[in-house]
Amino acid sequence: MRSEPGASVPLKAAAVGGLLFLHLPLALIFLYAFTTEEKSFQFPPPSLTLHWLSVAWFDRPDIWGPLWLSLKVAVLATLIALILGTLAAAALWRARFFGKDSLSLLFILPIALPGIITGIALRSAFDIMSIPFSTWTIVLGHATFCIVVVYNNALARFRRLSPSMIEASVDLGANGAQTFRHVILPQISSALLAGGMLAFALSFDEVIVTTFTAGQQATLPIWMLNELIRPRQRPVTNVVAMIVIAVTFLPILAAYYLTREGEHTGGSGR
Amino acid sequence: MSGAIATNPRSRLSDFFYRHSGLLTFALLLPPLLWIGIVYLGSLFALLLQSFYSLDEFSGLIVHEFTLSTYEQLFTPTNLTIILRTAVMAAAVTLASAILAFPIAYYAARYARGGWKALFYLAVMMPLWSSYLVKVYAWKLILAKEGIVTWVAGKIHLGWLLDALLAMPVIGGSSLSFSYIGTFIVFVYIWLPYMILPTQAALERVPKNFIEASADLGASPRQTFRTVILPLAMPGVIAGSIFTFSLTLGDYIIPQIVGNSRPFIGTTVYALQGTAGDIPLAAAFTVVPVVIMGIYLMIARRMGAFDAL
Repeated sequence: MRSEPGASVPLKAAAVGGLLFLHLPLALIFLYAFTTEEKSFQFPPPSLTLHWLSVAWFDRPDIWGPLWLSLKVAVLATLIALILGTLAAAALWRARFFGKDSLSLLFILPIALPGIITGIALRSAFDIMSIPFSTWTIVLGHATFCIVVVYNNALARFRRLSPSMIEASVDLGANGAQTFRHVILPQISSALLAGGMLAFALSFDEVIVTTFTAGQQATLPIWMLNELIRPRQRPVTNVVAMIVIAVTFLPILAAYYLTREGEHTGGSGR
Repeated sequence: MSGAIATNPRSRLSDFFYRHSGLLTFALLLPPLLWIGIVYLGSLFALLLQSFYSLDEFSGLIVHEFTLSTYEQLFTPTNLTIILRTAVMAAAVTLASAILAFPIAYYAARYARGGWKALFYLAVMMPLWSSYLVKVYAWKLILAKEGIVTWVAGKIHLGWLLDALLAMPVIGGSSLSFSYIGTFIVFVYIWLPYMILPTQAALERVPKNFIEASADLGASPRQTFRTVILPLAMPGVIAGSIFTFSLTLGDYIIPQIVGNSRPFIGTTVYALQGTAGDIPLAAAFTVVPVVIMGIYLMIARRMGAFDAL
């Protein structure tokens, strides 16, 4: 197949340049984690050391609490979002009724509107109802904007589902649960996984809404924000940043291959 | 589809739902709708309500009486400048993201194959995934006066260009990390993946035979791009712009860390609800991005962007 000519040189250059723009800054995070210069961002670093790795692990117990809280919140928010987002996508996939467009707009709203609005709105609602800040107030906010991520992923996959397969399943005598378990779920599972991971990432990173819903609690992003505003041992922040990047890279890689395989089997019927 | 009725129903429930698909839709929709309705819309309503209260200047307490005086405060020249500054920044960031994102999305959608495609996808997902604050922090490192930009500019003898840029009236500053240029670069960097992904998705949906048909009918590659590919990709770009525009409108952290400390809508709201304790004015301020985004979303929906999200 040589029906299409290759990409032109300027296009290649722009694409590669854009990707470099996206990645070089992250590489610098790694470099600065090993610098011996603690007080400024001097480039090039005067010399390199592994000292900060041990400092982060042994001498900074203040990192562990926020890390756990962030993981806990992200897992809970993702689970809620997976359930609600899939339900919404399943409902709106083939239905036609008046106001459907407005409904889909409603689900998009929490990420379409700036996060600060969600944050301050939730906070004033907690105030009015005198709900004390807890892990659940954070989860409440996170799940709200995570629903749309799952919803979008699931909806996109539902649209590619061929209705005749469901009809065939029903014609062959399967009930609703069986059809869902054996026909629909295998086809949407990888999209749900991808949506769930995106939701997890969104929640794990979130700082804009969280500052309003966390009260005195610190998630990892809030810990980092405090470090940025009042720096002490700047390279330690880099070490933490590095770990966050490294730990999240593997799930993306795994999810990517899972999704690709899912698309292969899901699309084979068409 | 109405003719396909299960001949041998195992379960009455599924049969019932199959015939009354409206009820099924309702049952599925109820939980997410309740969540969004109560948690999200409820809070938004509470916030809106607050904007019609006012702050007693002497006691510093919120007066729970209906008034429009808070909105009057919103339209002072100082506040209008803040709103305009934010809107201009959001528009500039959106435009720059679209321009930077398109070649990446285009290459990934049309030319990248196999391993390269995987690499491109991961290369976009990675920065999207990695922590927002880590990325902002990375730019603090880069743009600092003693940082890499100054160093590279010095090495390639372009230090004068950097100085000239920083000497420019409005957008300049003492160093890149204390100027609008810095704020702008960081915004573009942070929101760029949000633009690439929907654009690429839209480009991937352009049917191959449309392009072949266009070529068969005698269009040059340039014409095909302009009249076939670009219009079909636009919904994706607009979908991306919803994110870049809205995220910039509401951000209050980037201008605090990289910038010349002139207020944006986000930083103003944050300061008003925090240190100043003026919730009513903060609430009124948040109505501004809501209105702007409402108009924006209406236009976006009309242009078919929601199908590309």
